[in-house]
Amino acid sequence: MSGLTVRDLRVVFDGFVAVDGVDLEVPAGDVRFVIGPNGAGKTTLIDAITGLVRATGSVTFDDHALLGRKVHRIARLGVGRTFQTAAVFEELTVLQNLDIAAGWSRHPLSLLRARGQVPSSVAEALTTVGLSAVRDELAGTLAHGQKQWLEIGMLLVQDAKLLLLDEPVAGMSQSERDATGDLLGRLAADRTVLVIEHDMDFLRRFARTVTVMHAGKVLSEGTVAEVQADPRVQEVYLGHAPSASEVA
Amino acid sequence: MTLVLSQLFTGISIGAVLLLIALGLSLTFGQMNVINMAHGEFIMAGAYTVYVLQQVITSAGASLIVALPIAFAVAGAMGVLLEFLLIRRLYGRPLDTLLVTWGVALILQQAARDIFGAPNVQTRAPDLLTGSIHLPGGLVIASSRVFILVLALTAVAALTLVLKTTSLGRRIRAVVQNRDLAAVSGLATGRVDRLTFFIGSGLAGIAGVALTLIGPIGPAMGTNIIVNAFLVVVVGGIGQLKGTVIVAFALGILQSMVEYTTTVSVASVIVFIVIVAFLQWRPQGLFTLRTRSLA
Repeated sequence: MSGLTVRDLRVVFDGFVAVDGVDLEVPAGDVRFVIGPNGAGKTTLIDAITGLVRATGSVTFDDHALLGRKVHRIARLGVGRTFQTAAVFEELTVLQNLDIAAGWSRHPLSLLRARGQVPSSVAEALTTVGLSAVRDELAGTLAHGQKQWLEIGMLLVQDAKLLLLDEPVAGMSQSERDATGDLLGRLAADRTVLVIEHDMDFLRRFARTVTVMHAGKVLSEGTVAEVQADPRVQEVYLGHAPSASEVA
Repeated sequence: MTLVLSQLFTGISIGAVLLLIALGLSLTFGQMNVINMAHGEFIMAGAYTVYVLQQVITSAGASLIVALPIAFAVAGAMGVLLEFLLIRRLYGRPLDTLLVTWGVALILQQAARDIFGAPNVQTRAPDLLTGSIHLPGGLVIASSRVFILVLALTAVAALTLVLKTTSLGRRIRAVVQNRDLAAVSGLATGRVDRLTFFIGSGLAGIAGVALTLIGPIGPAMGTNIIVNAFLVVVVGGIGQLKGTVIVAFALGILQSMVEYTTTVSVASVIVFIVIVAFLQWRPQGLFTLRTRSLA
């Protein structure tokens, strides 16, 4: 299994360049965090990889070229993602949400049949993300943190090999963050994980490698310590020290 | 008392017709949020299917039975074609969709005039459905109305079953609720859209078959009823099948009660006023889903 390779990726919205020639190499089994100020193009990067926005350049995962494929085809190649807003199917139950994610390989004729029992992969995912107790609740009634867990559960039953997580711990309590981090660590054993996150504490604890994006470009890349020491990274986060001429 | 009961049944049968014509819309408009002005013309297509079949099959009863699945397929196929050629390029652009599908509606009406002629055509109803049923207490009910009521309720039951219990229904609801999430979960959203549109439009065809039993078949028949169908779906609450059913019958009964004490046109005016007042009070319709959605 080879990881995710992005070459010269560009996304342009009506003349605005959201992602500007990004090169990215995430080896299989890595837990890569992507950080950067708002508007750096992080989410758009994920959107491009999953086919939700049109992009130029090349993206390969597991030796499959992804760009130009339809969204659901990319998903079926083992690329799974979550959304910033904790997107779940609000009007379906937790179980039905997982069914949707698990169900794409079922034969069309079998779709007309009502469910007999819960597939083992779905039951397993329910336990893993700790939602067994609420499996028959409507997903829309879950707490924000639970929805984010459900999203990850959906990726599990989908059997995604590349997990693209858009701010998975936003709005979570400290204990929920820790649990999510542990889960990420376990998932990464046989998967490749790319996480967009603003939470620096979470990043320091769970990231193996970090990519910093700024204004649609990759600014810096390396371990947490390397990235933190990079003066350019400090500059985009803290603003550059005003030069003598600007002060005057 | 008999009078009240007989008006009540008239109202229920008006409601049943409303329900049948609104049921398809509750999928394409209610679930997918597509304003398809040509939906009424799919109803017309269903009605003309009966007319055409009766040229081939002489038995009125047999032609009616055969017409149901064929009308479903004909109207459904027209819906899929419309979705594939036009509507899927216009998702998220309701105003454009409205104009484009209205244009399609006009084209279909003109096509019907060219093929079948401008005057209304007649179909034969099976003998079983031309009589009436005499109930104790002096109640007289037209058999065709009973048939339509049963047909409407069967269609509702079948649709509910498909949407709620099958994984096909789950997919339809998933795509409706969050298209992007459905796609990244591996669902072929385009195919689900077409399937949803097929079923919704097919139900219009069924409604068309039913309408041949109670009224004339003509090129403009769809236009005359489509507004009421949209009203039923809006008042019932977008995307809520339950609301569609309740509102269809409520409007039918209201119409028949007011009609009895006034005239047909005054009744329509009063019904519209009631609807406007209701939507002022509950703009979201009768039923809405409460979630903690952040969106």
